[in-house]
Amino acid sequence: MRSSECGITESLIPNPKFRFPLRNLNSEFRTGFPMSEYVLNTPEDVAAMVARIGVPSVESLFANIPAHLRFQRMLDIPPALTEIELTGHMQALANKNQSASDAVCFLGGGAYDHFIPSVVDTIASRSEFYTAYTPYQAEASQGTLQVIYEYQTLMAQLTGMDVANASLYEGGSAVAEAVLMALGITGRTGEVLIAESVHPEYRQILTTYVRNLKCTVRTLPTPEGFLNPDDVAAAVTDSTVAVIAQSPNFFGHLEEMKAIGAAAKKVGAIFIAVFDPVSLGLLSTPADHGADIAVGEGQGLGIPFGFGGPYLGILTCRNEYVRKIPGRLVGETTDRHGKRCWVLTLQTREQHIRREKATSNICTNQGLFALRAAVHLTALGPAGLKETAELCVRKAHYAAERLAELPGVKRKFDRPFFKEFTLSVPGDVPALLKKLRTQGYHAGLPTGRWYPDHADGLTVAVTEKRTKEEIDGLVGAVRLALG
Amino acid sequence: MNNTQSTGLIFELSKSGRRCHRLPKCDVPNAAPIDKLIPKEHLAKVTPPLPEIGEIDLIRHFTNLSARNMSIDTNFYPLGSCTMKYNPKRHERIAGFPGFANLHPLQDDDTVQGMLEILYEMQQYLAEISGLPAVSLQPAAGAQGELTALFVAHAYFHDQGEGHRTKVLVPDSAHGTNPASAALAGFDTITIKSGANGLVDIEDLKSKLGPDTAVFMITNPNTLGLFETQIQEITELLHAQGALVYLDGANMNAILGITRPGDFGADMQHYNVHKTFTGPHGGGGPGSGPIAVRDFLAPYLSVGGVMRAGDGYRLTTEADLPKSIGRVRSFFGTIGILFRGYCYIRTLGPDGLKGVSEHAVLNANYLRALVKDTYDVPHAGPCMHEFVASARTLLRTKKVRAMDVCKRLLDYGFHAPTVYFPMVVSEALMMEPTETESKETLDAFAEALVKIAAEDPELLRTAPHTHAISRPDEVKAAKEPVLRWKS
Repeated sequence: MRSSECGITESLIPNPKFRFPLRNLNSEFRTGFPMSEYVLNTPEDVAAMVARIGVPSVESLFANIPAHLRFQRMLDIPPALTEIELTGHMQALANKNQSASDAVCFLGGGAYDHFIPSVVDTIASRSEFYTAYTPYQAEASQGTLQVIYEYQTLMAQLTGMDVANASLYEGGSAVAEAVLMALGITGRTGEVLIAESVHPEYRQILTTYVRNLKCTVRTLPTPEGFLNPDDVAAAVTDSTVAVIAQSPNFFGHLEEMKAIGAAAKKVGAIFIAVFDPVSLGLLSTPADHGADIAVGEGQGLGIPFGFGGPYLGILTCRNEYVRKIPGRLVGETTDRHGKRCWVLTLQTREQHIRREKATSNICTNQGLFALRAAVHLTALGPAGLKETAELCVRKAHYAAERLAELPGVKRKFDRPFFKEFTLSVPGDVPALLKKLRTQGYHAGLPTGRWYPDHADGLTVAVTEKRTKEEIDGLVGAVRLALG
Repeated sequence: MNNTQSTGLIFELSKSGRRCHRLPKCDVPNAAPIDKLIPKEHLAKVTPPLPEIGEIDLIRHFTNLSARNMSIDTNFYPLGSCTMKYNPKRHERIAGFPGFANLHPLQDDDTVQGMLEILYEMQQYLAEISGLPAVSLQPAAGAQGELTALFVAHAYFHDQGEGHRTKVLVPDSAHGTNPASAALAGFDTITIKSGANGLVDIEDLKSKLGPDTAVFMITNPNTLGLFETQIQEITELLHAQGALVYLDGANMNAILGITRPGDFGADMQHYNVHKTFTGPHGGGGPGSGPIAVRDFLAPYLSVGGVMRAGDGYRLTTEADLPKSIGRVRSFFGTIGILFRGYCYIRTLGPDGLKGVSEHAVLNANYLRALVKDTYDVPHAGPCMHEFVASARTLLRTKKVRAMDVCKRLLDYGFHAPTVYFPMVVSEALMMEPTETESKETLDAFAEALVKIAAEDPELLRTAPHTHAISRPDEVKAAKEPVLRWKS
């Protein structure tokens, strides 16, 4: 076949040499069919089953695979491990990582170190939830269905929006799905306007998703760390499909969401608001801002970092767009005895019915993580969510103030923020961060990694978990590191 | 026992002043009112009206709701096409190690070398199992894997100056995600018929194949549980036209170490790691849908994969992959599921992994043999890891539908098979027992199916009789959608 023109390919593909010894594992050396902890058929069972089927051997069940297409050796993967060996192996690998709990964590950028009440783990580890699947059989899935209905309600209560779907993969693809919705709603083929201050990975996903569709993505610059509503008003036209802004944005700043939304609506474009669910304990909601569709990353609602996933894509919208929503929806109904119950509904939107005409190709939701979010928000309640948000604000503002007192350090932009802010620091930011790590601090993100114009930027996130002592410690460590 | 305690909607259990999580006092100077820190116009006028619940009520509510689910851990769950195999508990404990669970996705590569090693190795295993050398672990689910691969194909053809290839061919028996993904990736879809034998109708394929064909998406083994015996002829036809072959890897559980998509001519495939390599299905997600592709497609893969760097590992960036399609998901991918898949592959090793497919196919054929005299099994055996039966004779003779059989199975303590899919079989009952079930379980399930076929039709039409609810009104739910509780 055609060989690659791209030199990098070689390092992306595996070494063709066998890395593991092939210990007499070719088919002819195998005797019988291996049992394991997970395979229960004894040799006697196998014999009885083969006889009942009426074939001479297990091998003959594969007769429909042409002989020359059969794999002629054993897979080149490492030999089997017992649970004791696997646990030791994995512990050794875990020890090679320096996790957020091995240092004081001020990392954000879309994933935040919020506290997870133990009830969340208790409920999410119930295997009646985590070993079930999509609730196709409503009678056998009322637990999952009711939880998703509660999740949908909680997300609507949180955002002020009318309805929520049963969840999407994560925040980034939720933005892309919202734009697909907007294309369907408006029928327009013009521009999708997105603020440069929206999470850079979300913007990248959007570009990938719509590249082959009839619209173009235009990024509205945010050189001052926020989107100027006047720039939106100047950019929109009668063919604008959607306007997307995130608040708090990637720098941590609050955007002028109402004015941005108003500029979008003036031309009939869909206003897509990207929110942080934890901030809604205190900040005005996407509904207050006039959002048509509001999406967000639900990681802050009881989901561990886990190196980036599984997370939770929250998607909410106004009632009038409900039949354009992607993914699963759970609705209330009654059974044949008149009893209240819940079912998957409005499935005629979905790919398994509509195929190429579906509103989205989404098949599953993030059931287990919608459950985590539902339990988390229930555990916090209105008071807990508000207090969490207030602690984030106070601690983040204290940290920003103290850090900005250091010589050469200042707030990069004078904009209101919630729990995350961006500093301008002297010298090489990645080198500074490395130094701080050896002092026991994951001190923040180097803003320049995503925004080369802001190479002096250090974006710091402070959650309710951080103590004054930890913040003061960080300030001291930064002072030392800057010399 | 049907415990109804605290199972009303959580909102109905709410009482003002109750809570189950308290926060520490603010330990930083906090004299200023909040609106001195954040301008008033950004503050909400009211706090979201969330429920107020005490801890024991919260626990009872969700615990008692969990008991209203059937799950793998409580019931045999032969849901065809979903590979509902046992989910090992060791994976759950290992995933909770702080050295994995507490890794922030944007930490520097040099602080996550253990995690990157796991993911790099996982890329290698998936490449080896598929026979396709370049892997992206990023897609969040099978459907997103399909979409990602089609983005890759689109980018490849445009890069080759073959942008005129606008058609994606999809068999009529394919999962609905296939045509939906093709449309989203900017292609037109064309349906290819299945023959009476359940396999791709090659003549129909030939008549629709042309210079405008970009990709043929094939599921093999297909959704009827049959191996496409002419797969090599099919892939050669496509390649002769300069088109690519995409394998929907939903059914990989049948062929691990037995045959490889790359060896039978597929150029791209996705895996459903949550199925084949036993990630818990979570009540409908999370999934994980990595893709594997041929080397000439590697430059177009999404950024953010793992590559070797000196003695260690690092994530790929745009600088490594200037022709990349970009990104389909934020951060790395569905680590939690990939991670469990890695543990599973390491537990089984090459011999055990091949055994998975052997026992899965054995179990499916055994179940098929037990029920084929009672239910129609329209396609000749042997089947692979699943098979499709039909209740069409029951419909004709007793006016009992496939769904009635499914609902009655719930009374017997078994989850139902997949019903009415694939659409090419009327009254379809698609059964996938998986390799983790014992002969005794299969015997009991088959006995129930045989018994049900002889039961009073009215008993079946009104089933289930032993669950908290029976036959929800789906028409009403769709006609006047009630998608949230309101006070």
